[in-house]
Amino acid sequence: MAKSIVQEFTKGLWDEIPPFRLVLGLCPTLAVTKTVENGIGMGLATTFVLVCSNILVSALRNMIPSKVRIACFIVVIATFVTVVELLMQAYTYPLFLKLGIFIPLIVVNCIVLGRAEAFAFKNPIAPSLADGLGIGVGFTIALAALGAIRELFGAGTILGINVFGPSFQPFNFMVEAPGAFVCLGLMLAVMNLAKK
Amino acid sequence: MRDIIKMILVLAILSTFSGGLLAAIRTGTKDKIENQQLQFVKGPAIRSILEGASNDPIADRFKLKDGDIERSFFVGAFDGKANCIALESYGKGYGGDVGVMVGINIDENKLIGAGVTTHAETPGMGARAKEDPAFVSQFKGVDVKDAYKVTTDGGKIDAISGATITSRAVCAAVTDVASIYSRLKPQISDKIKEFNK
Repeated sequence: MAKSIVQEFTKGLWDEIPPFRLVLGLCPTLAVTKTVENGIGMGLATTFVLVCSNILVSALRNMIPSKVRIACFIVVIATFVTVVELLMQAYTYPLFLKLGIFIPLIVVNCIVLGRAEAFAFKNPIAPSLADGLGIGVGFTIALAALGAIRELFGAGTILGINVFGPSFQPFNFMVEAPGAFVCLGLMLAVMNLAKK
Repeated sequence: MRDIIKMILVLAILSTFSGGLLAAIRTGTKDKIENQQLQFVKGPAIRSILEGASNDPIADRFKLKDGDIERSFFVGAFDGKANCIALESYGKGYGGDVGVMVGINIDENKLIGAGVTTHAETPGMGARAKEDPAFVSQFKGVDVKDAYKVTTDGGKIDAISGATITSRAVCAAVTDVASIYSRLKPQISDKIKEFNK
């Protein structure tokens, strides 16, 4: 535990970038990355939950009996997810309609629970905040990257802006579920190659 | 024993706080969420019915009690005078309830338009009730006291071919709106007067 706060933050961006290195949280990774916008929205919602739950779990870590820690984590996480859901409905309704069921499902996202259990429960508040923020930003970058590839080839656009011009034939496979799996697989392969 | 009490206590306190926080946020965002839903779900239908209104029908809305139910009315002002309202009702369609927003001119007691809001009808068949403006435009200018029925039931509304059930659902919803309107006419007139002050 001699790592600095900065290291706790930066590890989430590359060494432990959640979907690619830890291979965690694949359900939203595959489901909502049809476009860059959806990916970033989902990533930011998860980051908010992750940071808030890490801080609270870390602050309460000496009070929570270890036998009921998972139940406590779930209460904390579910509360913040509901907060996000209400805020998204109030301020970004169209995005809420697109992400739909995947917002409430952040409760069972194993990245969030995993960080609470593996990190925040054992560390003080400041490193927990850095850890949550790093993992969250890493998750957002990963979803945005996957979303960019799928949107570029599947619809010929990036953030809704046409890139290839009118003669482009959309490669529909990329926006469907099998395309998500293939795309993720290739990303994992590239990441492994880069590591070597 | 001490352990169990501690566990119960910690969980209970945590849950209480979480419940309190959520209740506070829910109360704080309730109006905003309602506005957003109106904007994105019902907004397009309201805007097309009250097209050319000089006010914002979604902001200028009021609620009235109709028996046990509370209904929302959207006010449309034309030439600086509020004289139109829009309200929604439902009819039983092929795939569930079909929501229809209906606009009424309260000076002339005539319908000024109708539009389907929510539905789960078959794409390409019943769903045309929402997509094809020709069908709902038949309600334009009809008196609220008229009967709204499809031609096969002896009425004047041409049903969408292949989607008689959906067409009947829309007619039933419009009929319901007309009856609510007739029932609440005095209260509606009172409310509209407040907007014209």
